[in-house]
Amino acid sequence: MILTNIESVPGHRVVEHYGLVQGSTVRAKHVGKDILASFKNLVGGELASYTELLNESRAVAEKRMVEQAQATGANAVINIRFSTSSISQGAAELFAYGTAVKVEKIPWK
Amino acid sequence: MEIIVFLILLSLGYFVGQSIEKSHYKNIIVREAELLHIPVTTDKKTQFDGAGTQGRLFVGNVVISGDYFKLVGSSLRSLVGGQITFYETLADRARREAILRMKAQANNWGAEKVVGLRLETSSVGGKGPSGESKLVSVEVVAYGTGIKQP
Repeated sequence: MILTNIESVPGHRVVEHYGLVQGSTVRAKHVGKDILASFKNLVGGELASYTELLNESRAVAEKRMVEQAQATGANAVINIRFSTSSISQGAAELFAYGTAVKVEKIPWK
Repeated sequence: MEIIVFLILLSLGYFVGQSIEKSHYKNIIVREAELLHIPVTTDKKTQFDGAGTQGRLFVGNVVISGDYFKLVGSSLRSLVGGQITFYETLADRARREAILRMKAQANNWGAEKVVGLRLETSSVGGKGPSGESKLVSVEVVAYGTGIKQP
Protein backbone atom coordinates (compact mmCIF):
# COMPACT_ATOMS: atom_id res chain seq x y z
CA MET A 1 0.00 0.00 0.00
CA ILE A 2 1.50 3.30 -1.13
CA LEU A 3 0.35 6.43 0.65
CA THR A 4 0.84 9.98 -0.63
CA ASN A 5 -0.80 13.31 -0.03
CA ILE A 6 -0.39 14.60 -3.57
CA GLU A 7 -2.63 13.91 -6.53
CA SER A 8 -0.60 11.03 -7.87
CA VAL A 9 1.84 8.33 -6.90
CA PRO A 10 5.31 9.27 -8.15
CA GLY A 11 6.56 6.90 -10.81
CA HIS A 12 3.14 5.30 -11.14
CA ARG A 13 0.04 5.70 -13.25
CA VAL A 14 -3.45 5.60 -11.78
CA VAL A 15 -5.43 2.89 -13.57
CA GLU A 16 -8.49 2.55 -11.37
CA HIS A 17 -10.34 4.75 -8.95
CA TYR A 18 -12.28 3.45 -5.95
CA GLY A 19 -13.43 6.67 -4.29
CA LEU A 20 -13.12 8.02 -0.79
CA VAL A 21 -11.76 5.96 2.10
CA GLN A 22 -11.59 7.15 5.66
CA GLY A 23 -10.59 6.15 9.14
CA SER A 24 -11.07 7.80 12.48
CA THR A 25 -10.52 7.30 16.17
CA VAL A 26 -11.52 9.16 19.31
CA ARG A 27 -8.99 9.15 22.10
CA ALA A 28 -9.11 10.32 25.66
CA LYS A 29 -6.10 11.43 27.61
CA HIS A 30 -4.68 9.38 30.45
CA VAL A 31 -5.51 11.03 33.78
CA GLY A 32 -1.99 10.60 35.17
CA LYS A 33 -0.49 12.07 32.05
CA ASP A 34 -2.99 14.90 32.21
CA ILE A 35 -1.90 15.83 35.73
CA LEU A 36 1.74 15.70 34.72
CA ALA A 37 0.97 17.81 31.69
CA SER A 38 -0.78 20.41 33.81
CA PHE A 39 2.43 20.91 35.78
CA LYS A 40 4.42 21.09 32.57
CA ASN A 41 1.89 23.71 31.50
CA LEU A 42 3.31 26.08 34.13
CA VAL A 43 6.79 26.17 32.68
CA GLY A 44 6.16 25.41 29.02
CA GLY A 45 7.99 23.06 26.70
CA GLU A 46 6.99 19.97 24.81
CA LEU A 47 4.31 17.68 26.20
CA ALA A 48 5.96 14.48 25.02
CA SER A 49 3.19 12.21 26.29
CA TYR A 50 0.58 14.10 24.29
CA THR A 51 2.77 14.15 21.21
CA GLU A 52 3.08 10.39 21.47
CA LEU A 53 -0.62 9.88 22.16
CA LEU A 54 -1.72 11.93 19.18
CA ASN A 55 0.89 10.32 16.98
CA GLU A 56 -0.31 6.83 17.90
CA SER A 57 -3.96 7.78 17.45
CA ARG A 58 -3.25 9.25 14.06
CA ALA A 59 -1.53 6.01 13.09
CA VAL A 60 -4.66 4.11 14.15
CA ALA A 61 -6.88 6.36 12.00
CA GLU A 62 -4.48 5.89 9.10
CA LYS A 63 -4.52 2.11 9.58
CA ARG A 64 -8.32 2.03 9.48
CA MET A 65 -8.29 4.05 6.31
CA VAL A 66 -5.75 1.67 4.76
CA GLU A 67 -7.86 -1.35 5.76
CA GLN A 68 -10.84 0.17 4.00
CA ALA A 69 -8.73 0.80 0.92
CA GLN A 70 -7.47 -2.79 0.94
CA ALA A 71 -11.04 -4.08 1.10
CA THR A 72 -11.84 -2.30 -2.15
CA GLY A 73 -8.83 -3.83 -3.85
CA ALA A 74 -6.78 -0.66 -4.04
CA ASN A 75 -3.01 -0.67 -3.81
CA ALA A 76 -2.52 3.02 -3.03
CA VAL A 77 -4.23 5.91 -1.28
CA ILE A 78 -3.62 9.37 -2.71
CA ASN A 79 -4.48 12.87 -1.56
CA ILE A 80 -4.51 11.93 2.11
CA ARG A 81 -5.63 14.60 4.56
CA PHE A 82 -5.58 14.55 8.34
CA SER A 83 -7.96 16.42 10.56
CA THR A 84 -8.16 16.83 14.31
CA SER A 85 -11.12 18.02 16.30
CA SER A 86 -11.65 18.28 19.98
CA ILE A 87 -14.84 16.44 20.95
CA SER A 88 -14.80 17.38 24.62
CA GLN A 89 -12.36 18.46 27.30
CA GLY A 90 -9.81 15.66 27.28
CA ALA A 91 -10.93 13.81 24.16
CA ALA A 92 -9.92 14.34 20.58
CA GLU A 93 -11.03 12.86 17.30
CA LEU A 94 -8.37 12.13 14.73
CA PHE A 95 -9.52 11.61 11.21
CA ALA A 96 -7.71 10.54 8.05
CA TYR A 97 -9.19 10.42 4.58
CA GLY A 98 -8.01 9.95 1.05
CA THR A 99 -8.79 8.50 -2.36
CA ALA A 100 -8.25 4.79 -2.93
CA VAL A 101 -6.75 3.98 -6.31
CA LYS A 102 -5.06 1.19 -8.17
CA VAL A 103 -1.73 2.20 -9.65
CA GLU A 104 0.80 0.53 -11.89
CA LYS A 105 4.47 1.27 -12.33
CA ILE A 106 5.49 3.30 -15.31
CA PRO A 107 7.79 1.03 -17.31
CA TRP A 108 11.36 2.00 -18.14
CA LYS A 109 11.71 3.08 -21.74
CA MET B 1 -0.63 34.02 50.64
CA GLU B 2 -2.36 33.67 47.30
CA ILE B 3 -0.44 36.56 45.84
CA ILE B 4 2.83 34.86 46.82
CA VAL B 5 1.85 31.64 45.06
CA PHE B 6 0.81 33.69 42.05
CA LEU B 7 4.13 35.53 41.96
CA ILE B 8 6.11 32.32 42.34
CA LEU B 9 4.20 30.68 39.50
CA LEU B 10 4.57 33.79 37.38
CA SER B 11 8.33 34.04 37.85
CA LEU B 12 8.71 30.28 37.42
CA GLY B 13 6.79 30.53 34.17
CA TYR B 14 8.82 33.49 33.07
CA PHE B 15 12.35 32.29 33.84
CA VAL B 16 12.00 28.58 33.13
CA GLY B 17 9.63 29.18 30.22
CA GLN B 18 11.93 31.70 28.58
CA SER B 19 14.97 29.48 28.94
CA ILE B 20 13.11 26.48 27.50
CA GLU B 21 11.97 28.63 24.60
CA LYS B 22 15.45 29.96 23.97
CA SER B 23 17.10 26.56 23.95
CA HIS B 24 14.34 25.20 21.76
CA TYR B 25 14.91 27.95 19.21
CA LYS B 26 18.65 27.26 19.24
CA ASN B 27 17.96 23.59 18.66
CA ILE B 28 15.51 24.35 15.83
CA ILE B 29 17.98 26.59 14.02
CA VAL B 30 20.74 23.96 14.17
CA ARG B 31 18.48 21.20 12.89
CA GLU B 32 17.01 23.40 10.17
CA ALA B 33 20.51 24.02 8.88
CA GLU B 34 21.23 20.28 8.88
CA LEU B 35 18.15 19.51 6.81
CA LEU B 36 18.48 22.43 4.44
CA HIS B 37 19.36 20.12 1.55
CA ILE B 38 15.77 18.84 1.42
CA PRO B 39 13.51 21.47 -0.10
CA VAL B 40 9.91 21.43 1.08
CA THR B 41 7.14 22.78 -1.12
CA THR B 42 3.38 22.93 -0.93
CA ASP B 43 2.73 22.12 -4.57
CA LYS B 44 0.71 19.05 -5.46
CA LYS B 45 1.26 18.86 -9.19
CA THR B 46 1.60 15.50 -10.85
CA GLN B 47 5.08 16.07 -12.20
CA PHE B 48 6.85 13.05 -10.73
CA ASP B 49 5.75 10.43 -13.23
CA GLY B 50 9.17 9.35 -14.45
CA ALA B 51 9.82 5.63 -14.26
CA GLY B 52 11.40 4.57 -10.99
CA THR B 53 10.35 7.63 -9.00
CA GLN B 54 9.15 6.77 -5.52
CA GLY B 55 6.93 8.67 -3.13
CA ARG B 56 5.87 8.15 0.44
CA LEU B 57 3.84 9.97 3.07
CA PHE B 58 5.67 11.37 6.09
CA VAL B 59 4.04 12.79 9.18
CA GLY B 60 5.59 14.80 11.99
CA ASN B 61 3.76 16.13 15.02
CA VAL B 62 4.44 17.93 18.27
CA VAL B 63 2.48 19.26 21.23
CA ILE B 64 3.98 22.35 22.82
CA SER B 65 2.66 23.89 25.96
CA GLY B 66 2.53 27.51 26.92
CA ASP B 67 3.70 28.58 30.37
CA TYR B 68 2.02 30.40 33.21
CA PHE B 69 3.60 33.71 32.29
CA LYS B 70 2.30 33.45 28.74
CA LEU B 71 -1.14 32.61 30.08
CA VAL B 72 -1.29 35.62 32.38
CA GLY B 73 0.33 37.91 29.84
CA SER B 74 -2.07 36.95 27.09
CA SER B 75 -5.15 37.28 29.26
CA LEU B 76 -4.01 40.81 30.12
CA ARG B 77 -3.38 41.46 26.46
CA SER B 78 -6.85 40.30 25.48
CA LEU B 79 -8.32 43.11 27.58
CA VAL B 80 -6.97 45.70 25.19
CA GLY B 81 -6.64 43.60 22.06
CA GLY B 82 -3.73 43.48 19.66
CA GLN B 83 -0.90 41.17 18.94
CA ILE B 84 -0.07 38.41 21.44
CA THR B 85 3.63 37.80 20.88
CA PHE B 86 3.68 35.08 23.58
CA TYR B 87 1.50 32.80 21.50
CA GLU B 88 3.09 33.76 18.21
CA THR B 89 6.39 32.25 19.28
CA LEU B 90 4.57 29.22 20.69
CA ALA B 91 2.82 28.47 17.39
CA ASP B 92 6.00 29.23 15.45
CA ARG B 93 8.07 26.80 17.52
CA ALA B 94 5.49 24.05 17.21
CA ARG B 95 5.18 24.47 13.47
CA ARG B 96 8.91 24.49 12.81
CA GLU B 97 9.43 21.51 15.11
CA ALA B 98 6.70 19.48 13.34
CA ILE B 99 8.18 20.25 9.92
CA LEU B 100 11.64 19.26 11.18
CA ARG B 101 10.37 15.92 12.46
CA MET B 102 8.71 15.20 9.15
CA LYS B 103 11.86 16.18 7.26
CA ALA B 104 14.05 14.02 9.49
CA GLN B 105 11.94 10.98 8.65
CA ALA B 106 12.02 11.80 4.95
CA ASN B 107 15.79 12.24 5.19
CA ASN B 108 16.23 8.80 6.78
CA TRP B 109 14.26 7.27 3.95
CA GLY B 110 16.47 9.02 1.41
CA ALA B 111 14.04 11.60 0.05
CA GLU B 112 15.51 14.39 -2.01
CA LYS B 113 12.51 16.65 -1.58
CA VAL B 114 9.16 16.84 0.11
CA VAL B 115 6.12 18.09 -1.77
CA GLY B 116 2.51 18.74 -0.88
CA LEU B 117 3.26 19.98 2.61
CA ARG B 118 0.18 20.48 4.75
CA LEU B 119 0.14 21.96 8.22
CA GLU B 120 -2.63 21.61 10.71
CA THR B 121 -2.82 23.32 14.05
CA SER B 122 -5.16 22.40 16.85
CA SER B 123 -5.37 23.47 20.42
CA VAL B 124 -5.10 20.81 23.10
CA GLY B 125 -7.05 22.15 26.04
CA GLY B 126 -6.19 21.35 29.61
CA LYS B 127 -6.88 22.46 33.11
CA GLY B 128 -4.53 23.95 35.65
CA PRO B 129 -3.38 22.07 38.74
CA SER B 130 -6.22 23.60 40.74
CA GLY B 131 -8.61 23.00 37.87
CA GLU B 132 -9.63 26.59 37.23
CA SER B 133 -7.70 28.21 34.43
CA LYS B 134 -7.64 26.90 30.93
CA LEU B 135 -4.02 26.47 29.93
CA VAL B 136 -2.98 26.57 26.36
CA SER B 137 -1.02 24.01 24.45
CA VAL B 138 -0.90 23.68 20.73
CA GLU B 139 -0.55 20.64 18.52
CA VAL B 140 0.87 20.96 15.05
CA VAL B 141 0.96 18.15 12.54
CA ALA B 142 2.97 18.52 9.35
CA TYR B 143 2.68 16.01 6.53
CA GLY B 144 3.95 15.74 3.04
CA THR B 145 5.09 13.35 0.35
CA GLY B 146 8.78 12.55 0.16
CA ILE B 147 10.11 12.10 -3.38
CA LYS B 148 13.00 9.87 -4.32
CA GLN B 149 14.19 9.95 -7.89
CA PRO B 150 16.39 7.23 -9.42
